[in-house]
Amino acid sequence: MPLVIKLLAQRIALGLILLFLVSGLIFAGTIILPGDVAQSILGQSATPEALANLRAELGLNEPALQRYLSWLGGLVQGDLGTALTSGRDIGESISQRLSNTLFLAFWAAIVAVPLAIFLGLLAVRFRERWPDKAISGVTLASISIPEFLIGYVLMFFFGVKLGWFYPTATAFRPDAALFDKLESIALPVATLTLVVLAHMMRMTRAAILNVMQSAYIETAELKGLNGLQVIVRHALPNAIAPIVNVVMLNLAYLVVGVVVIEVVFVYPGMGQYLVDSVSKRDVPVVQACGIIFAAVYIGMNMIADIVSILSNPRLRHPK
Amino acid sequence: MSDPQLKVRDLKIGATVYPPGEKPHDIEIVHGVSFDLEKGKVLGLIGESGAGKSTIGLAAMAYGRGGVKITGGEVWINGRDVLKSGTGDIRKLRGAEVTYVSQSAAASFNPAKKILDQVVEAAVEQKKFSRKQAEARARELFDKLGLPNPDTIGDRYPHQVSGGQLQRCMTALALCPEPDLVVFDEPTTALDVTTQIDVLMAIKAAIRGTGVAALYITHDLAVVAQVSDDIMVLRHGNMVEYGSVDQIINAPQEDYTQALVSVRSIEHAEKASTGDPVLSVRNITARYKGTQFDVLHNVNVDLYPGQTLAVVGESGSGKSTLARVITGLLPPREGEIEFAGRTLSANLAGRSREDLRELQMIYQMADVAMNPRQTVGTIIGRPLEFYFNMSGKEKRKRIIELLDEIELGEEFMDRYPAELSGGQKQRVCIARALAAKPKMIICDEVTSALDPLVADGILKLLLNLQKIEDVAFLFITHDLATVRAISDTIAVMYQGKVQRYGSKTQVLSPPFDDYTDLLLSSVPEMRLGWLEEVISHRKMESAGN
Repeated sequence: MPLVIKLLAQRIALGLILLFLVSGLIFAGTIILPGDVAQSILGQSATPEALANLRAELGLNEPALQRYLSWLGGLVQGDLGTALTSGRDIGESISQRLSNTLFLAFWAAIVAVPLAIFLGLLAVRFRERWPDKAISGVTLASISIPEFLIGYVLMFFFGVKLGWFYPTATAFRPDAALFDKLESIALPVATLTLVVLAHMMRMTRAAILNVMQSAYIETAELKGLNGLQVIVRHALPNAIAPIVNVVMLNLAYLVVGVVVIEVVFVYPGMGQYLVDSVSKRDVPVVQACGIIFAAVYIGMNMIADIVSILSNPRLRHPK
Repeated sequence: MSDPQLKVRDLKIGATVYPPGEKPHDIEIVHGVSFDLEKGKVLGLIGESGAGKSTIGLAAMAYGRGGVKITGGEVWINGRDVLKSGTGDIRKLRGAEVTYVSQSAAASFNPAKKILDQVVEAAVEQKKFSRKQAEARARELFDKLGLPNPDTIGDRYPHQVSGGQLQRCMTALALCPEPDLVVFDEPTTALDVTTQIDVLMAIKAAIRGTGVAALYITHDLAVVAQVSDDIMVLRHGNMVEYGSVDQIINAPQEDYTQALVSVRSIEHAEKASTGDPVLSVRNITARYKGTQFDVLHNVNVDLYPGQTLAVVGESGSGKSTLARVITGLLPPREGEIEFAGRTLSANLAGRSREDLRELQMIYQMADVAMNPRQTVGTIIGRPLEFYFNMSGKEKRKRIIELLDEIELGEEFMDRYPAELSGGQKQRVCIARALAAKPKMIICDEVTSALDPLVADGILKLLLNLQKIEDVAFLFITHDLATVRAISDTIAVMYQGKVQRYGSKTQVLSPPFDDYTDLLLSSVPEMRLGWLEEVISHRKMESAGN
């Protein structure tokens, strides 16, 4: 079997094992959390008898291992279980919200990734001169400000004062036309872009600068190529692996980390759903959200690994 | 008479240096060098490291490496002064009129792109040829340079061809745009001797065939004598001597040139083996983890007390692997190592402190073998503390003794490695190895990174120390001149086997086996016409092909 296939198979198997371990962690984590769903459903009207009845009904008295195994069995078959508070199927409730979150993350990525790489290239081209310093300064400032604050500042100026965009995402309807949907998420996308830009841009800059020390860059310069040709043709292809790594980490963050942004802009995504369920102690929903977030993270990092394996010419074209 | 292709007048080159603990300041590294190069001729620039020869070569392309700046003078190419040209004009010059062949093709080819794409890039980018024409020309050059499968080799990636082949691809890269001048910067220095000959021959034929002018930069006078018409000897950025090859090789005027021509003056008569061997390598077969083939096959050698065993071979012959097995870094699959009458544990972890003390090592790269944050005194003092529990005055006295033995003296005690020259660094490493009072020292290519005159000094020192301390050396090298200078016994290694083994006179006297003959005949000799002669007498292809 070629080495590449073997390496890729290893990565994928590792990803699955990791996901399995994480499922155990999530389950254990939600069990040791304080609070009790029966208590929070019944609220102040809870009598000891009513509590005991509800617990038995919800299956909370079964041993933890048995509950974990039946949960895992459901997961493998694509059944995320039933929400304790509403009694609705979690899979159904989540699917619409997950697609909303992915929609937001997707457009943020479409803006942020090319922009970050372009700014990184630009910073290398004009390194140690004012464009480099300006790019570094602005992106560093934007990553240093808490994301909810950036969200409110953008909302205040562009939504309220200038009135260019919708201040919140309440106008968002999943079945609206694409342009209308984009218009309603302009500010959350801008906020997310500002948050993830600096990290990706700085990594691009560092990875390419590292490659710029190589002897083959001198060869390219002595061929009479101009600065940008040298960077794009000769440096970038050798800096792909670290750049993809940081891009994937940030994409995972875009999906998982939007909780705060969704709450700030009142966007009907996974984040809001998760926050609601935590406050209601709806453990199955929290577990389902947790496992989906974990799958996104592991999946993105697996893709990054696979791309770095494939970007290595020594592995792609063995002797 | 027509104008010369390249006319250099009073070229001055400077650089900013950042010495530790001082303010950065500008220094001059080339102090006014002038020469002419006619069309179709080859000028050899020769000197030791720091002579400024590469810097001058790159100045012909108006290029300064790192912080190097051209501060004065004129460089005329095709009737115009390139130092007065704008950025755009310089860019048009590079890769079109002047091209460059670097020392390490392995590092100078982009690992992520196919060879052909890189070879034609300058010619296409500079609009000298269309992509199609350039590719045809590249294939023609691959063929001329003697590369196998010239039609398809360009579709490979750099890591898929050997070092010698890649160096020829680099030459094709330089010749592809039909330049007027090519700068060859040590193009064969990183190659094995038997491969060097082929590349040298290919380069020479290509220069003659295309009628291009060339600057040939090297530290090896014997090599430059084979390809040049004229030679300029440089030292510390100054011209020492400038003349025809014949005059420089056969009638050098300056003392420095004479020293370069007559380097390797060491005469070392071999000693007879006496007593029991200090090291016996018994039937060693070894392979690296995760690989399927043996790097060493049934190796047997002995080293006697106070003697030098030279293990000689080309890259990939297994000589460094043998050192790893002896030091316990790579446990062998079969066989054992006997040392000072006892069998050593195959594994480093299983060896006693006494085993470690009696078997020391010196490495090729002295500067990476020392902690840059420690002073010379700390570096040499460490084995004294570790093996002998010395401290205070006693330790200091011993350090000074050792510094005297390596001809450096007490004032070096508080210096840092960065403040030493290459030769001085290697001397400190020797002192560190001696501090443990070992029975045997493994010297792994210890002079390969040094200039010939400095290397000579190190070899003399080692021979001298051997007499005083009665220590045995296992000397790993690819350089046959070094072997002649220092060894008592020689083991010639080829593809993981000991090809020839015996006393120095035995090994170096005919009749030879084919490989030893190839190896010995490939060492460049300092006379005109040697290259053609040796190529026509060959019995065996070199390993690089």
